Amino acid sequence: MSHLAAAAEQGFLSPTGVEIAFLLVGIATLGAAVVTVTTKQLVHAALWLVVALGGLAVEYLLLTAEFIAWVQVLIYVGSVVVLLLFGLMLTKAPIGRSPDADSGNRWAALTVAVAAAAALVWVVVDAFRTQWIDLDGPAQGSTRVTGEFLFQHWVLPFEALSVLLLAALVGAIVLSRKSDNDKEQR
Amino acid sequence: MHLAYPAVLAALLFCTGLYGVLARRNAILVLMSVELMLNAVNLNLVAFDVWLRDTLHAGQALTLFTIAIAAAEIGIGLSIVLMVYRNRGTSDVDKLRDTAEGRAADDAASALADKAAHEAAQKAEAAA
Repeated sequence: MSHLAAAAEQGFLSPTGVEIAFLLVGIATLGAAVVTVTTKQLVHAALWLVVALGGLAVEYLLLTAEFIAWVQVLIYVGSVVVLLLFGLMLTKAPIGRSPDADSGNRWAALTVAVAAAAALVWVVVDAFRTQWIDLDGPAQGSTRVTGEFLFQHWVLPFEALSVLLLAALVGAIVLSRKSDNDKEQR
Repeated sequence: MHLAYPAVLAALLFCTGLYGVLARRNAILVLMSVELMLNAVNLNLVAFDVWLRDTLHAGQALTLFTIAIAAAEIGIGLSIVLMVYRNRGTSDVDKLRDTAEGRAADDAASALADKAAHEAAQKAEAAA
């Protein structure tokens, strides 16, 4: 009964403005993601990825996580996609349609993905049928709040992460450097 | 907002990324699909953090850490793909089959198994 009361209180099947906005942006994000994994033009896949990641940033804003939304725009849209485009250019990816973009096991992949989607959506909807996110009150992810919790409770993981980034940077340099043996052979 | 909206969107995005990882042939497109999967997880973390009103904000902190780790992963992954491309002239994951068990190895293994079964049958006949 309490579930029914909660549903009546929250207005089941009468979505609020935030829900409608979330749904519309979510459809656009999902569509861009599907085009990203299915398009035959490799550079277009990277550009559709920008749309998907930008849509996710808007979803973060709707969930009142402002700081994460701007970090998403800066890091994903700003740097990761540019890195991916660099990678596509440096491996001489064909501009235009490339018919062999998908491998032969596409139907097996589609089966696995659809089965996983059906199972996950069923479980998630069944589990959280009567749960609502309360978005009222002060934003839970403003820059002030983020700074406070990040540097009060999460300082040590934050510093460990900076060491990890340094290690990744050094590793990338070591991997992409031409070794001395190659030079001697030439 | 109903919690099912972000949860379902995250599940669908994750499965889209899963399809991309399994179906794509170019290694850089596989990396793009991995990014989609990581972003689905991030959306889940943020949604559940806002839902639970966690005082430590573990979900948002983990989202920031995931974004940083994804940036590191994409850097290392791209440098590995570039090195493979430089050494082999292709970034096609289907053609990188050096460690695959070839057909010849399979034939040899099945021939050995046949021979062993044949010998076992002969021994059984002799004993009878």
